[in-house]
Amino acid sequence: MLSLYWKEVNAFFNNLSGYLILGVFLVSLGLVVWVFPETSVLDYGFADLEPLFIYTPYIFTFLIPAVTMKMIAEEKRSGTWEILMTSPVSIPKIILVKYLAALTLVVVALLPTLIYYFSVVQLGDPPGNIDHAGFFGSWIGLVFIGAVFASIGLFGSALTSHQIVAFIWGVFISFLMYFGLTALVQIQIMSPFALFLEEISLSFHYQSISRGVIDAQNVAYFLSVIIIMLGLTGLWIRRK
Amino acid sequence: MSLEVKHLSKFYGQQKVLDDVSFVAEKGQVLGFLGPNGAGKSTTMKIATGFLLPDEGDVLINGISVLDKPKQVSKLIGYLPEHNPLYMDMYIKEFLTFIGGLYEMKGKAIKSRIDELIILCGLEVESHKKIHQLSKGFRQRVGLAKALIHDPEVIILDEPTAGLDPNQLVEIRKLIKNISADKTLILSTHIMQEVEAICEKVVIINKGKIVVSDLLQNLKSDKGKSILILETEEALDLNWFNDLGKAEFHNDRFTAVSIRTSDAVASRKILLQLIQEKSLSLISLQQKERNLESIFHQITHN
Repeated sequence: MLSLYWKEVNAFFNNLSGYLILGVFLVSLGLVVWVFPETSVLDYGFADLEPLFIYTPYIFTFLIPAVTMKMIAEEKRSGTWEILMTSPVSIPKIILVKYLAALTLVVVALLPTLIYYFSVVQLGDPPGNIDHAGFFGSWIGLVFIGAVFASIGLFGSALTSHQIVAFIWGVFISFLMYFGLTALVQIQIMSPFALFLEEISLSFHYQSISRGVIDAQNVAYFLSVIIIMLGLTGLWIRRK
Repeated sequence: MSLEVKHLSKFYGQQKVLDDVSFVAEKGQVLGFLGPNGAGKSTTMKIATGFLLPDEGDVLINGISVLDKPKQVSKLIGYLPEHNPLYMDMYIKEFLTFIGGLYEMKGKAIKSRIDELIILCGLEVESHKKIHQLSKGFRQRVGLAKALIHDPEVIILDEPTAGLDPNQLVEIRKLIKNISADKTLILSTHIMQEVEAICEKVVIINKGKIVVSDLLQNLKSDKGKSILILETEEALDLNWFNDLGKAEFHNDRFTAVSIRTSDAVASRKILLQLIQEKSLSLISLQQKERNLESIFHQITHN
């Protein structure tokens, strides 16, 4: 179990593409939060990190499938999947461990953004004048969004033995879950289901957690989406 | 400890790749699993290791069903898959440590076992390298070390000597022979000399069906299977040889005939008489014992 976990984490950091993914993520976030005039916190006038929380999910829809796309697809392509499947580690454990490894990488990618928090705390006038609960609620919301996207990405990776196809599936399903469902609500014909669609969309629960209140309902929603995606991954693998 | 394959059937779509396959491998016995390409060797092995599910039948490892308890069984099996998949980016020791971890081996036990296997598999010189830097022969050894790491009772090797040079071939065979003493070992191969060199039992599969399952000894000592090849200057008539046994033109030449006969001595005499009677000019008369290769060819041809 542990050995598989470290293998996954090491595979990410022993590879240049791992650092590329992390680098691109942090650079683009840095640009959005501090440089681009439209969204820059420095020009905003309030000690607030809203751009971080608005734009990170967009970047996540690409970043996280890129992290997870290899995890199953590449093993299938290279045949090493056979090593795992014929080992005493069961399929649910393999999926869970790979998922935890992906989640670790998501958190590692997010950790540097805590520096933004301390920067804005210092920039506030007087220093420390920031909505702490709002920040941490949103930050934990981001972790949940990342956790959900990671489960979706892993599912995408299980669908195929091509990394690129896995990536596209991951991006597509993440996009649908986060933006797509909310957007559908605006179609007239969907109006009877509007509330339902709204409630199963990720962005709805993310916005609700961003207010700084970590509600059991939202947490339950995120956890159930994760469990459903991982369960589907397991079913898809077992189907063969 | 034994491996028992019971009435396996497997379909890939409409194609039936395994049809009621059954055989038994006993402890201390190397079983050679032969068959032409696409006969179902790898499929059978993949089912035995729990990687594929059969449509019918079961595989018992020491009486435990692969279908019911795949994970319990997998601890008893060491498996070298066809094409020998490895994590190319890992160092040899890193890879073996990782595999040991999958089999729940602990720090010290893994370390000493890896040191042991590196010597056993002749990997000392290369042990500091990454797997993608290794030649095919050495990768094969890493695959073998992977299969052996948890000291399994049953070892399943799918074409372990494919692509090795002649020296490596001899070494790997010696290694296989060494480890097989108190294990159950199944290996698939195309190389008949290999089977004759290391296997005690032979199972031949053709088009998904078992066609031969016997001890090598019995197969080879199977009397009445000599082949006489007569070659003359003149064209021959197959009807002349009707009394002797099954006759056919050798290599599609009308001047050469191969005769499968039960009594080589008597047949030779009759042939010599025949040559005199028909006043043929003899080029050669050879006698071939039936070896595994000819058995294989005969059974799996057409």
